Amino acid sequence: MLLARFQRAAFDYFLNHGNRANGLIADTSRPSAPASIAVVGFALACYPVGVERGWMTRVEAAARTLATLRFFWSSEQSEAADATGYQGFYYHFLDMHSGRRAWQSELSLIDSTLLLAGVLTAAVYFSEDTRAEEEIRELADALYRRVDWQWAQGGAPTVRQAWKAGSGFFHYGWEGYSEAIILYVLGLASPTYPLSPASYGAWTATYQWENVYDQQFLYAGPLFIHQFSHVWLDFDGIQDEFMREKGSDYFQNSRRATYVQREFALRNPHDFTGYDSECWGLSANEGPGVGTVSAHPGERRFFGYTARGVPFGPDDGTIAPCAALASLPFAPQIVLSFLRTLCERYPQLTQASRLPGGFNPTVAGNGPQGWVSEGYFGLDQAVIVLMIENYRSQLIWQLMRRCRYIVTGLQRAGFSGGWLG
Amino acid sequence: MTDDDARAQADATALRENTHPPAWRNPIPSGTYDFVVLGAGPAGLLAARGAATLGRRVALIERDLLGGNRLHVGCVPSKALIRTSRLYARMSDPQELGVPRPRGIHIDVPAAMQRIRRLQIRLSRADSAYRLRDHGVDVYFGAARFAGPARITVDGVALRFKKALIATGARPLAPAISGLVEAGYWTNENVFDLAVAPQRLLVIGGGPLGCELAQAFCRLGSQVIIAQDEPMFLPGEERDAAQILSDSLARDGLEIHLNTQVVAVRKQGELKVVDLISEDRKSSVCVDEILTGIGRAPNVENMDLEAARVEYDTRTGIRVNDYLQTTNARIYAAGDVCLTRKFAHMADATARMVLRNALMRGRRRLSTLTVPWCTYTDPEIAHVGLYVREAREQSIAVETFTVLMHDVDRAVTDGDEEGFLKIHVKQGTDEIIGATVVAPHAGEMINELCLAITAGIGLGELGRVIHAYPTQAVAIKMAADAYYRARLRAAAR
Repeated sequence: MLLARFQRAAFDYFLNHGNRANGLIADTSRPSAPASIAVVGFALACYPVGVERGWMTRVEAAARTLATLRFFWSSEQSEAADATGYQGFYYHFLDMHSGRRAWQSELSLIDSTLLLAGVLTAAVYFSEDTRAEEEIRELADALYRRVDWQWAQGGAPTVRQAWKAGSGFFHYGWEGYSEAIILYVLGLASPTYPLSPASYGAWTATYQWENVYDQQFLYAGPLFIHQFSHVWLDFDGIQDEFMREKGSDYFQNSRRATYVQREFALRNPHDFTGYDSECWGLSANEGPGVGTVSAHPGERRFFGYTARGVPFGPDDGTIAPCAALASLPFAPQIVLSFLRTLCERYPQLTQASRLPGGFNPTVAGNGPQGWVSEGYFGLDQAVIVLMIENYRSQLIWQLMRRCRYIVTGLQRAGFSGGWLG
Repeated sequence: MTDDDARAQADATALRENTHPPAWRNPIPSGTYDFVVLGAGPAGLLAARGAATLGRRVALIERDLLGGNRLHVGCVPSKALIRTSRLYARMSDPQELGVPRPRGIHIDVPAAMQRIRRLQIRLSRADSAYRLRDHGVDVYFGAARFAGPARITVDGVALRFKKALIATGARPLAPAISGLVEAGYWTNENVFDLAVAPQRLLVIGGGPLGCELAQAFCRLGSQVIIAQDEPMFLPGEERDAAQILSDSLARDGLEIHLNTQVVAVRKQGELKVVDLISEDRKSSVCVDEILTGIGRAPNVENMDLEAARVEYDTRTGIRVNDYLQTTNARIYAAGDVCLTRKFAHMADATARMVLRNALMRGRRRLSTLTVPWCTYTDPEIAHVGLYVREAREQSIAVETFTVLMHDVDRAVTDGDEEGFLKIHVKQGTDEIIGATVVAPHAGEMINELCLAITAGIGLGELGRVIHAYPTQAVAIKMAADAYYRARLRAAAR
């Protein structure tokens, strides 16, 4: 009941902060926020949840999905500074109304991937023989096939992080474990411009298997890294070469990472208010803002939006409740305990059953929750909807198991076992 | 002349008396030397002394000052300055240790510089020209040029040798930036001559030297901007280490520009205007001084190496084999002039190898050395052995045992909680293949791990070593304990 309440409240974000004409979804609930293509991708996966939970009709979901896909298919793909995308990828932030590049943002490979994952989820879910659903499938396939993943390698062994008109690729790629598994899986499976077969191995060669607080796991500091690919991919029981070598899998890994997060909060090395075994979770989120305040003892530094991580930091006492809740499928016992504690300890924070991007009880605010992030972030709400659903019914995982590109990509990345056979 | 100037001049005279006495007369060579050493830095001094100890006729040729970069423009002055800057930093933020902040902290840069000069004079005594002479080393000051495969001249005077060592070191690389030379810039070769810290300083380069000096000058009161063209500082180090360093520099108040290239410099009155570009964003900063620390180039020029048939590259240095022999089998090289890792301790280690191989029929191999290194920022970042990335490239499966300094009692009591220890072992064994330490005294802690790797002591064995409590090195014991627990759990499964 508790979960259903939070899941439903999170789902409403996508009904209230989108442009029905082009399907774009706002990055945050704040006025004038641009669209985030990743949030759009997550939204496309949320609509099937809405249908299955009875929160929207299938026709309505298909209409929203179709508007989104039609927009992306017809938007400008070029080197123009205000185009929507290039080489099949898209700029990170788009104007909610015109759909053109906003904030001089980067052509983001990972955010484009998350959009495409949503597009492919829709293609699997909308399988009926209606004109709308047929068109969804056709457009989804066309959007996926249009992406030039080879270009995204920029001649390097691994995929580049981003590109900008005028200055080209950022001159660095992905290093260390990150949310990029889904990127490699989709890139490797492409029937048109696939990533080089060696690219995945070149990336995983930068992994670090660490023993931290007696948990052995593939290390990454922020929680979202242990969740974003996992929203779509059911890693339970399937292994790539790295995980075969370690005798683990990415599902188990996220479970251990969640326990490391809890242990860090329990140890609370920086003595932040509110951290304990029942209240934990550091991830990429908004914080109180850049600055230093006097505290006892010494001074404390706080940050704005940044990727907070465990155990190496940065840590400024800001808890990411949405990220903690999104670990539900991996560590349900401690996540449910976290959610109940949150409701008891911070009723103001949870009374609307929608969680903010961050709160910081160390910084004085209007109640024991201290500083609270203004409004809501689309990414946060999406992972709540989707991970609660994966916990309850495994809907997204089951859908993506039926996506041939996902299966092919996983196999090309060297995954085997479990449901992959 | 001010008192500071007078003191500086007196110090310079005293240092010169040890490192290149004005009254020095070069010996008159007779016969063939067993061993001729070019360059009197750490490698050359050690090799020359060692050869003399072995009873060989040895000549040491130095173009300028005995002591090399380490004494004059490298480790000695920079670490002395860092020590002073660390104290200022502690004084500025002592509340964590229960100490009220002192009032009116006056940063005295001339006093810090004078301390550096005093230390240089003191440390130069051990290898002064007269002491070397008394030890049996023929010390020649002058420009050395090879005149054949076994002949060298010093300012026109010919010396014959049976074996020779080239240890001429390296010098700062000059970045190719439009207008930089015209505007003027500092390197580590002249930054320790300054009388006051600049009000605004741009540091170009986020490698060890750039980071160390940027942090030091910031703590000495300069407003420091650091521009690094990579996405993180110390490329090649553990990314968590680089991140902690980045946080530390930001906390000190440095203005950090990562992924940023310096494209042009121009003078505007007394100021220097520097154009930066980051991705597609252009910006300019206005500073009083610019310090570059982008790496070092080997000193291979003006020695007529061709005459000795010694092959070299102006970028990578003198070509040597695994025994440190050059392409002329009787000539060896050691230290910065031939090594990728340009550290004083590597100069020392390779000079020892050359003594063995050249004079004692040894077969010591460069590739077998276990090499630690440390960046002396606060916290320090030290490493030894392989990085995980390198191990995986060699198809070695790795497990890493990580201990956070905030879990180490002595680090907590010292208020030194920032940092970590990571020990990499070959998976399924306790064989240590590498380690990284980020801690205020990481450079001290890394030596135990270097010993373990060199002597083949496993992490399990380190767990049996009693570590004095409370010390920060107990972190190593804690990693070993974590290793044991992991093995016990695996066995229980």
